[in-house]
Amino acid sequence: MRISIDKIISLLFFVLSVLYLQQTKQIQVFSFDENAPFNAKTFPTFLSYLGMFLSILYVLLPEKNLTKINHKVLDYKNTSLLIIIAIIYAFLILKVGFFISTSLFLFFSYYFLGERRWIWMFVLSFPFVALFMFLLHGLLDIYLRDPLLKILGIIG
Amino acid sequence: MIEGILIGLQTALSIKNILMVMMGCFFGTIIGMLPGLGPMTAIALMIPITYGFEPATGLILMAGVYYGAVFGGSTSSILINAPGVPGTVATAFDGYPMAQKGKAGKALAIAAYSSFAGGTISAIFLLFAAPSLSKISLSFRSPDYFALMVLGLTAVSAFSSKGQFLKAMMMVILGLMLATVGQDSLSDITRFTFNNMNLTDGISFVLIVMATFAMSEALTIILKGKDPSRATEQISLSELGSIKLDKDERKKMIKSIPRSSVLGFLIGVLPGAGATIASFLAYGMERNFVNEEEKQKFGKGSVHGLTAPETANNAACSGSFVPLLTLGIPGSGTTAVMLGALLGFGIQPGPRLYMTNPEIFWSVIMSMYIGMVVLLILNLPLIPYIARVLATPKNFLIPLILFFSITGIYLMSFNNFDIFLMIGIAVVATFLRLYNFPMPPLILAFVLGGLMEENLRRSLLISDGSFNFLWDRPLTAIILALTIIIVSWQIYKSFKN
Repeated sequence: MRISIDKIISLLFFVLSVLYLQQTKQIQVFSFDENAPFNAKTFPTFLSYLGMFLSILYVLLPEKNLTKINHKVLDYKNTSLLIIIAIIYAFLILKVGFFISTSLFLFFSYYFLGERRWIWMFVLSFPFVALFMFLLHGLLDIYLRDPLLKILGIIG
Repeated sequence: MIEGILIGLQTALSIKNILMVMMGCFFGTIIGMLPGLGPMTAIALMIPITYGFEPATGLILMAGVYYGAVFGGSTSSILINAPGVPGTVATAFDGYPMAQKGKAGKALAIAAYSSFAGGTISAIFLLFAAPSLSKISLSFRSPDYFALMVLGLTAVSAFSSKGQFLKAMMMVILGLMLATVGQDSLSDITRFTFNNMNLTDGISFVLIVMATFAMSEALTIILKGKDPSRATEQISLSELGSIKLDKDERKKMIKSIPRSSVLGFLIGVLPGAGATIASFLAYGMERNFVNEEEKQKFGKGSVHGLTAPETANNAACSGSFVPLLTLGIPGSGTTAVMLGALLGFGIQPGPRLYMTNPEIFWSVIMSMYIGMVVLLILNLPLIPYIARVLATPKNFLIPLILFFSITGIYLMSFNNFDIFLMIGIAVVATFLRLYNFPMPPLILAFVLGGLMEENLRRSLLISDGSFNFLWDRPLTAIILALTIIIVSWQIYKSFKN
């Protein structure tokens, strides 16, 4: 018997509900709240049992609309690359500042998605981010932390 | 009352106040279009500016910003599937597929007309029914709210893609689980934070929306980029289409608008319910009203499916002013910010507001209507330009969607933990979407999670731990009966299949 990915996801949801219940039991409620009709544990406990019930129901019931996916046509390489670039961007944003990190994130994302029109790639990264920063920082007065621009005296 | 209306008209029609409405609508639309910056942020940004004005003028400016931001939120929902505000999540269900079919202009025009109609009808309701409706809204108790939320969640699960009820219900539970992360609202006990300070305040709504809609949509487009079945979809992304509606589309809109306006307004009146529940319920209700052929088009670019939530969310915006102005209870997060502004002006909203400050009460109501007209005049000619966002090549559009999503989150917290969390949720959401696990039920559950727990807590405490509250009040029992009918219908349908 072959089990479908949909059912495996449901099983994973069952495991998640069990772990959620385990975490719920570890919530420290105040002693006077322990036997109250409702405390911080009540709602999560309902949710974990409901989650377990629904996932088991899905696993046990016969499958009608099986999801068919052709993995050969899925572009895992570019998707993973984009996720990795986003993670690197998140690492850099506080260290090198908003302007440089965002501009580089946009520039490299365009590049990895196959874009080679260099002028457009540049315009839609560095000047675009500068304009966006002006809109937020200059007009809406939303402060964007940027050590580099601070050193250069562009922002206060 | 006539005297009050005339005072209101006089105040609202002064050149200064008309200019304020226009400015508010314009800035609201721009800010609402930026994912992550919704009406709440837009109004909050306006508060320091309004303190220099008279209270009526300040409130008129904020009302304009509110409507503009809701419309702007619809624009980003339709064009890039990135609803910046909870009230426009349901707009994306049919608005985005319509845009993908090359009818972006039409979708935006439908959104503009529906917003106008919904807002206008409910402004008229507000004018005549505000005092009496405030009494009705007061009669809703915690068990009724709890039952209403259960109904909303069940309805949205039932109306998601065909045969996916159980999957949708699992997503509801997941959304509710995510909503429990952070400090418990009553006891302040932290839950599911794993001693991480960044999770103490819970997960932000914008983060969840950005991750499950905008970012996961962008990743899905890349993932399915080589899929030949998606080729036509990609091509149509560059087609803007006409903004002119044909006779059939106008007919469909005329049918949907009145019922969605009434529903939206009534839901908006209930404190705490707001535009989100209104738009989801209107979407579900509309699906039940249309014939079988139209029903199949839902989720694939249905005119009814776009008109209903768009009408309802704007109608609910007007409705949410009823509890704010007559009871001093904000009907939504946005009106809560406005309540803060009113208190800042030294005005205490409540039943006596329209006796002590009639110019404020009535001018805000009148300016709502003027705001609707301004919004339509301002936005319709701009639609072809706004819709050009879709003409951006995929190689540029995807990174820009990611940029707006990540920046939206970064602007809220200025830490990178939220960005990592968003990327993680987006990856999981992309995988789940691949296997047809619907995201809208998760979003609605996440929005309602806190309120649902709060109302269940109150109900159980009042009934001393007994579940009798579910059938003690006729209103609660009726709402729950509707929920049971929906669930039974789903079970019947699956057995029939």
